[in-house]
Amino acid sequence: MGLRNKGGGRPRARTRTRSRSRTLVPAALAAGLAVIAAGCVPGTDGSGAVQSGGAGGTGGVPDPSKAGNVTLTVWDQEVRGGQNAEIEQLNKEFEDKYPNVRIKRVSRSFDDLKTTLKLALSGNNPPDVVQANQGYPDMVAFVQAGLLTPLDNYAGLYGWNTRYPNTLLNLNRVSADGKQFGTGRLYGISQTGEFVGLYYNKEKLADAGLEPPKTWKEFTDSLATLKDEGELPIQFGNLDQWPAIHTFGVLQDQFGAAETRDTVLGRGDGFDNAHTKEAAALLADWIDKGYLPKDANGRGYDDANKQFADGEGAYLMTGIWVQADLTKPMGDNLGVMAPPPATEGGSPVTTGGQGLSWSVTSKSAHPDVAAAYLDFITNEHAADVMTENGVLPAVPGKAADEVDPDSPDGQMIAAWKRLNENDGLVPYLDYTTPTFYDTVSAALQDLIAGKTSPDGFAKKLQDDYGAFMEKQRGDDAGSEPAGS
Amino acid sequence: MKSLTASYGRRAPGEPRAVGYLYVLPALVIYALFLLVPFGQSVWLSFLHWDGLTRATSAGFDNYSDIFTDPSLRAPFGHALVLLIFYSALPVCIGLLLAAAMSRIRVRGLTFFRTVLFLPQVLAMVVVGVAWQSILAPDGLLNDVLRAVGLDSLARPWLGDYDWALPAVGIVGTWVMTGLCLVLFLAGAQRIPKELYEAARLDGAGAFREFFAVTLPALRAEIAVALTLTIVAGLRNFDLIYVMTSGGPGEATSVPAYEVYHRAFELNQVGSAAAVGVALTVLIFTLTVTVSRLVEGRRS
Repeated sequence: MGLRNKGGGRPRARTRTRSRSRTLVPAALAAGLAVIAAGCVPGTDGSGAVQSGGAGGTGGVPDPSKAGNVTLTVWDQEVRGGQNAEIEQLNKEFEDKYPNVRIKRVSRSFDDLKTTLKLALSGNNPPDVVQANQGYPDMVAFVQAGLLTPLDNYAGLYGWNTRYPNTLLNLNRVSADGKQFGTGRLYGISQTGEFVGLYYNKEKLADAGLEPPKTWKEFTDSLATLKDEGELPIQFGNLDQWPAIHTFGVLQDQFGAAETRDTVLGRGDGFDNAHTKEAAALLADWIDKGYLPKDANGRGYDDANKQFADGEGAYLMTGIWVQADLTKPMGDNLGVMAPPPATEGGSPVTTGGQGLSWSVTSKSAHPDVAAAYLDFITNEHAADVMTENGVLPAVPGKAADEVDPDSPDGQMIAAWKRLNENDGLVPYLDYTTPTFYDTVSAALQDLIAGKTSPDGFAKKLQDDYGAFMEKQRGDDAGSEPAGS
Repeated sequence: MKSLTASYGRRAPGEPRAVGYLYVLPALVIYALFLLVPFGQSVWLSFLHWDGLTRATSAGFDNYSDIFTDPSLRAPFGHALVLLIFYSALPVCIGLLLAAAMSRIRVRGLTFFRTVLFLPQVLAMVVVGVAWQSILAPDGLLNDVLRAVGLDSLARPWLGDYDWALPAVGIVGTWVMTGLCLVLFLAGAQRIPKELYEAARLDGAGAFREFFAVTLPALRAEIAVALTLTIVAGLRNFDLIYVMTSGGPGEATSVPAYEVYHRAFELNQVGSAAAVGVALTVLIFTLTVTVSRLVEGRRS
């Protein structure tokens, strides 16, 4: 999830907007520390990336109760409401189940974790389990430096390969040489699911004589109707730069979901193509017609969400991480769905993926216990605990079936299941290259401000993509294969 | 001074003695440990290509030449210089104007106004940023006021406008820094002997003449201090940008200090970040030395 990461899209974004003030001091401290800690030998030699796949775990499912007294240090960023409650409960249950294991939890906001994790990992005494952001700037960089343990053996032992859909599992994979994201060895598993959904205000739609749209065409037609009624069709704030990545992602997916996914994972044709330009033209058109607020670039993301909750705007297209904040003020007036498919009952597609990956560090002295912990916080029981705390599990369990299907949470779970059944998730666009967050967010602000054409927009994206692909190929040709 | 080699015993009282260094030693050690050593390491890092994790490779002067050739690095320095107008030039001018006015007119409740004007200095910049973000929002206070007085055409999403975002952030700096300048100048103005003003008036000087002949020269030292403080604050501006615009829209408000953070922690380009940091330090140092030479008239 980076972002400005910019690595992945959402989380950074999501936490960052909320936690800015708190992050300043730690960031400054970290900056200072970085310089001091840099000491005399900057960096590992990366030899760790070449280690043979999958430490330990070859002798059957490990039993943590036989591991003696173990303290498991875990760094996570689940600091908010339901997420925090869910982790606390699962940690306690794990300790009760294995009294010889003590979990030392260090939880900090996404930004704080991001700025300190690199130093912690490269130190001599790193945490055992960390939450790593998918994409090139974090997870791939860690793998390249040999700081994370491949989990493929554990995945076999615990059945993670069948627990998760492949699309989700692939987002936690990095190639053996530490260069390619989305393929190769498994370096973590995720707890939660995420997707960009279409939120709607039920009263606003009814007032305009509209039903929740069942097809993409019904949805786009309804925008004109709403505009004629004097409503703001889609609430949207892009001052934070990243929200447009999600909006644009949804549009691009409608014109070419499979192609976009291939491009993000480094095996597609890039962005100089019809579906990118059509999506860009549609976004510009929506701004032009006033379907999206013209002043979106000056409107804060949190601000826009709050206005939607206050009844400003009929639709809101954003990630389900805002659901708790919207449900509180709106109650059952809030509806959510996956962006509607081209034909009624067809397969919806949208931008989405999963929460940060839970990974095991290569220097951990207790990889077996760490793997058991990973399994424990992602299994079926954990999924139920998440559901009870209002968190969307990547693989919903029994408790999810008992949620009222007409409630916002029930609709969210149904949409998530449908997206996964139809392989309708397209990863966050900013995973594409190490610098793509900057490129696409700036290009989208240009597009929204009318400073660039759909063609110019596509070219800017393609330039970044092409340069990265070139570099990847150049590296391959220039260096000997690193994998073992 | 020629007796430096002479024995301490024959030294005149008050003459510098080497033992003075012993007194500053504790402070010097702390200063070296927390400022000079990290700075040296930053300089060293700036000559490397390093992602923060894997083995670094030597970069020579690449990271520095990038600052001049890469538009995405050159632009932030340009923005920082524009911000100096708002952070430094405007507050000093406004502060001088107010101080001159207050020295002529007796203002009732001066303490109150002084406190109010100084208040922004006391607030954390993050608080200032959040407050101004909402004032400058599309439906914020500023646009509401403009619309209420019929100036609808001027209302705009200030922080999302490519041409206005930088001045909008700059105005916040003016708001914060003016109080500091004013308080400095008022303190300085109180020191000016009343006789000077009387003499000037007897010679027939108007308010204008009086300001340039008496107030301005007398405040020379205060102006130098105010310029130094505001220039430093303007150039190392990070928090306001981070909170208000993240450098956007596009790259319209990116500044060097933000670029250091962005490159080191978000793009994994530690060497480049260090080079920007060192360049920024050199720029600040050059400007402040220039100010103290020109304005304060200090000679080494």
